[in-house]
Amino acid sequence: MKITVDFEQCIGSGQCVVSADAVFDQDDEDGRVVVLDASPPDDLLEDVREAVRVCPARVIHLDEQG
Amino acid sequence: MQRDRHPLDPPSELCRIQNEDPISRVTLWDGSTPWLITRFDDIRALLTDPRVSADTMNPTFPHMSEGMKARQMKGKTFINTDEPEHGQVRRKINADFTVKRVERLRPQVQAIVDGLIDDMLAGPKPVDLVAALALPVPSLVICELLGVPYDDRALFHELSVTLNDGKATAEESAAAMDRMLAYIGDLVDRKDAEPTDDLLGRLVVEQLRTGGMSREEITKMVRLLLVAGHDTTANMIALGTIALLENPDQLAALQGETDIALARSTTEELLRYLTVTHSGRRRVAAEDIDYQGTLIRKGDGLVFAADIGNRDPRAFEGDPDAVELTRDARSHIAFGFGVHQCLGQSLARLELQVVYGTLYRRIPTLALAVPMTELEYKSELSVYGVYELPVTW
Repeated sequence: MKITVDFEQCIGSGQCVVSADAVFDQDDEDGRVVVLDASPPDDLLEDVREAVRVCPARVIHLDEQG
Repeated sequence: MQRDRHPLDPPSELCRIQNEDPISRVTLWDGSTPWLITRFDDIRALLTDPRVSADTMNPTFPHMSEGMKARQMKGKTFINTDEPEHGQVRRKINADFTVKRVERLRPQVQAIVDGLIDDMLAGPKPVDLVAALALPVPSLVICELLGVPYDDRALFHELSVTLNDGKATAEESAAAMDRMLAYIGDLVDRKDAEPTDDLLGRLVVEQLRTGGMSREEITKMVRLLLVAGHDTTANMIALGTIALLENPDQLAALQGETDIALARSTTEELLRYLTVTHSGRRRVAAEDIDYQGTLIRKGDGLVFAADIGNRDPRAFEGDPDAVELTRDARSHIAFGFGVHQCLGQSLARLELQVVYGTLYRRIPTLALAVPMTELEYKSELSVYGVYELPVTW
C-alpha cells in the first residue's frame, strides 16, 4: 500500500496516530501529520484504513495497490 | 424536541425523521427553517464540504437560541471561522493537545481521579457524583493545562451554565460572557506581568508579546477552552455512570478487566451512545450545494444532529440503541467531524478512560441513590447531562 497526505489541509487532530502509531505521528510544533512510513507492511492495512476513515479533515489517501 | 423514549435516547421524532425524511427542514426559535441533517454519512459528507461555513456572523446562521446568538456575537473565535484562518489559529495552540503530549498526562490524571475517589470513600453517602468527581476531574485538568486558578472554579462553573443555557435571554448571556471575558482578561494581564509554564503563559510570551495574537483573541480563545474543557467531559462522566449502571452485564465486564483496551473502547462507545452535544452542530451554506438531489441554497442554515447520527443503524452494526462496550465505535461523530472537530478530544478521551477504568473497580457496589427517571436532566442546555447525580455504595 502507498500513503499520501495533504499536509496543508491537516488540522492536527491526531486521530491517525491513535489508529496507527507506527505509520503516523504529529509535528511537535503544530500537531500536523508526519508520515513515518509511507509504504507500511500489509498487516497494518486495517489500522491504516481506520486512520483514513476517522481523519476529520479527510487528508489521508490510501492506494491499497500501490 | 423532547426525549420521550428514555432519558439517554434521542427523541423518537428524530428517529422518524432519520428514517423517513433524513434531510428536511426544522423550525427554530426565531422562525427560521434550516436544514436538519440526521444520517451519519450525510453529516460526515456535509461537515467536510468546504462550501459549508462555521461563520456565526453570517446573518442566516442557525443559532440555537437568542442567548446563544448574543454569546457568539461577543465571543467569536477560531471555531466560528473558516479556512484558512481557522487552521492558522488552531495550529498556534495544537501542540498542547497532540495525542502523545496528552498521553503524558495520564499519571497526573490517574492521581487526580484516585484522590477524588479516596475523598468520596472517606466521606458521607449518598454523595453527588457531579460535585465529587464528574466536575472536578475535567476542571482540575483544564485549569492545570491552561494555567487558570482552580480556586476560581465557582465563578466559571456558574457562568458556563448560563452560557450553555438555551433559556437564557440575550441580556443574561451577554452579561455572563462579559464577566467571563473580564475574568480571563485580568488573568492574561497577570501572566504578562509574571509568565508561567502553562498554555496561557506560553500564549502571552509567544503570541501576545510578538503580535501573533491580540489580548482580545487570547482572552476569547482561553474562555472557549476553559468552558469546552470541563462541562462536556463532566456530563460524559455523570451520564456514562448512569448508562453503565443501567447495563449491569456490561459494567461487570468493565470491572473485571484491568487491560486499558476495554476502558478505551468503553469511552468510544459511551461517546457514541450519549453524544452530550445534543443540540446539533450548526453551519451555514456559503455557496449553493447540490447534495444528492437536494439543493441547499447559499445562505441556508444547516443543523447536524450528531446524537441521532451516532444511532444510525446504517453506520453502526447491531443495535445502535444498545450499549455494547466492545463495539467498534471509533468513527462516531460525538466530537463533530470536519476541520472543526474538537481540539481537546484526546484530553477528553484520556480523562474518560481513566474515570471509566477506575471508578467502578474501586467502588464495585456503586449505585444510584435515586431512580434515574427522577433525576433532573439538562434538556434546555446545549450540552446534555444531569445537574446532580446522587450515588451510594
